[in-house]
Amino acid sequence: METVLKVTWKRLPLSSNFAIAQAVKDADVDVVSAYPITPQTTVVERISEFIANGELKAEMIHVESEHSAMSAAIGASAFGARAFTATASQGLELMHELLHIASGLRLPIVMSVAARALSAPISIWGDYTDVMNTRDTSWVTLIASTAQEAYDSIIQAYKIAEDPRVFLPVMVAYDGYAMSHTYEPVYVSEKADAFKDYIPKNSQWYTLNPEKPITMGSIANPDWYYEFKYQQVVAMKNAYDVVREADEEYGKRYERKYGIIEEDGVEGSDITFVTYGGIFGTLKEGVEELRKKGEKIGLARIRLYRPFPSEDIAKLAEKTKALVVLDRAITFGVGISGPVAREIISSLYSRGIEKYVYSFIIGIGQRTVTEKDIAAIYEKVKDMYVSHEMQKESIYWGVRE
Amino acid sequence: MMAKPFFRTVYDVPREEYLAPGHGLCAGCTAGTIVKLLLKVAGPNTIVVNATGCVEVSTTPFPYTSWKVPWIHVAFENAAAVASGIESALKALKAKGVIDPSKRINIIALAGDGGTYDIGFQALSGMLERGHKVMYVLYDNEAYMNTGIQRSGGTPVYAWTTTTPVGKILKGKIQQKKPIAEIVAAHKIPYVATANPGYFTDMMNKFKKGLEVNGPSFIHVIQPCTTGWKFDPRYGIVLARLATETALWINWEEEEGQFRVTVSVPRRKHVRHYFELQGRFSHLTEEEIEAIQKEVDLEVDKINKLVGRTVIGPLVE
Repeated sequence: METVLKVTWKRLPLSSNFAIAQAVKDADVDVVSAYPITPQTTVVERISEFIANGELKAEMIHVESEHSAMSAAIGASAFGARAFTATASQGLELMHELLHIASGLRLPIVMSVAARALSAPISIWGDYTDVMNTRDTSWVTLIASTAQEAYDSIIQAYKIAEDPRVFLPVMVAYDGYAMSHTYEPVYVSEKADAFKDYIPKNSQWYTLNPEKPITMGSIANPDWYYEFKYQQVVAMKNAYDVVREADEEYGKRYERKYGIIEEDGVEGSDITFVTYGGIFGTLKEGVEELRKKGEKIGLARIRLYRPFPSEDIAKLAEKTKALVVLDRAITFGVGISGPVAREIISSLYSRGIEKYVYSFIIGIGQRTVTEKDIAAIYEKVKDMYVSHEMQKESIYWGVRE
Repeated sequence: MMAKPFFRTVYDVPREEYLAPGHGLCAGCTAGTIVKLLLKVAGPNTIVVNATGCVEVSTTPFPYTSWKVPWIHVAFENAAAVASGIESALKALKAKGVIDPSKRINIIALAGDGGTYDIGFQALSGMLERGHKVMYVLYDNEAYMNTGIQRSGGTPVYAWTTTTPVGKILKGKIQQKKPIAEIVAAHKIPYVATANPGYFTDMMNKFKKGLEVNGPSFIHVIQPCTTGWKFDPRYGIVLARLATETALWINWEEEEGQFRVTVSVPRRKHVRHYFELQGRFSHLTEEEIEAIQKEVDLEVDKINKLVGRTVIGPLVE
């Protein structure tokens, strides 16, 4: 094993937003462009403070919209700078056009998203509909479930994005409010340059350099366009290994790692809950109560949404009898309307794995989900499973019909 | 006292070419002329951000390019925002010592009227307000030519376009052209100018000044479009000159708040001469032409008063 750099940590009470700002500082980002939107705003407020105090040497571009935030990040990254932006909800939707272009131009931008419900009606509260809407944009997407993981994931995100096998932008999502505005103890580096060997500054992607002029973003006709898109398919495939390696190396260097799917008690369980984001905390609490009563319940949290870890899901499913997927987003107009549930069903079906998969929609627009809900969902699923009931439609948990 | 202009005759135009031939612009398109001269002024240490439009699609069909300087196209409405990002990155990397702080790199945003007056207006205003050192060049062919001649905020009144057709009731565009250069000037940036490829040394001097000021600059260039304006391809520069000779297009600049007309017109021509060469105005009645002439006369009076002397002369032919 290579020599591990000794990093000294300080333990701070931080919201996920502040943890992310801290990570942006520790990643020595060059250009930050952002527009205020709840519940993201304190990320860039804190970054602005770091810049104002000389703790981070970076240019902050106070853009006039999220569309320009992503455009400016694209410009900065195309020039070879390490670029960052942060947003949520409507802001992410306004950026949507540029999300495709950032990945199509193969620029290693990193963005944090405080996942929030979408209008209308307007809601500033959390769910994952905004993040799930970016499914086809070719962004590597990590979903954190603690402030510590949000911090570590931003650092890892640059490692992934700037890897020549990938050269794709990376999004780090986490719960709006439930994480963005609640405080947890977070270990952050004491020294500013703790990560400089892990994510060295040597931009290898194509850049706008007058000494080596290139044309970026040209028009591609039917004889070429498809190949560009297929290269993104390959890069996304490569990203899976790179995400794993980045996490392993981070673990070796800094003694924290997360894997692709976080599991607990799945082997030999009757039913396994699968979810993502901060709700995992509630799920753990709820399941603990049930386990005390002798129920054999597994727990899993998907940390990587894109590329989707189908193989890991298949392995997970082999270890349990049925899966319950808790989605905090709705894809409208289809029976199973949990976005991650659909990915799981397709991953299992294409591998010939026959398991019951139950899709539950929860926590839409921050509708409260407690341990009691987890227990009630479990009872419901147990009944369905015992009576071999297949599900054609997701269950909209807790809604007033 | 004004410094002598840098480009005075055709002999002052650099020989180096940074826009390679073989691009797909229409025969007789004056956008190619403008961009070619722009790059001769800017030289090799230049990055061009191009909004979606005629120049973008015609010069970069993969795997070919006409650009000998670094060039990027991102989308239609965001050339100013992308240029802001590049300029900030340049500043940040200079501050961190990654790039030699004495190195000068020109950043030019290049967009048509659709990408500037309409869909790109917000990003442009943001860039101007933030004060990025970017020169924004608007080539104004007065309609969405790339998508097939639809009206834009830059289309002049009465002009035929495919979305302002000449019908039994409606005849061409109803509204006036948006005064974009004046709106930009209201942002109080260091340098704003209007230019005309028919007066190429004046245009090139403005590009040069725009690149030299410490902050944003905006050059609004009229760009006759053979396809959209419906004129014989050989008349592109003739029409460009007629626009100024009739005072429908006045070449001016505003430098640190000082307004100047840079091309004076001692003997002014009737707007009829400009209109009669273009199919897009062929439906105009004598009354409509005279009404426009009256408006131009008023504008000329206003400009002469503003300058304090007669820079645009009386109507003589």
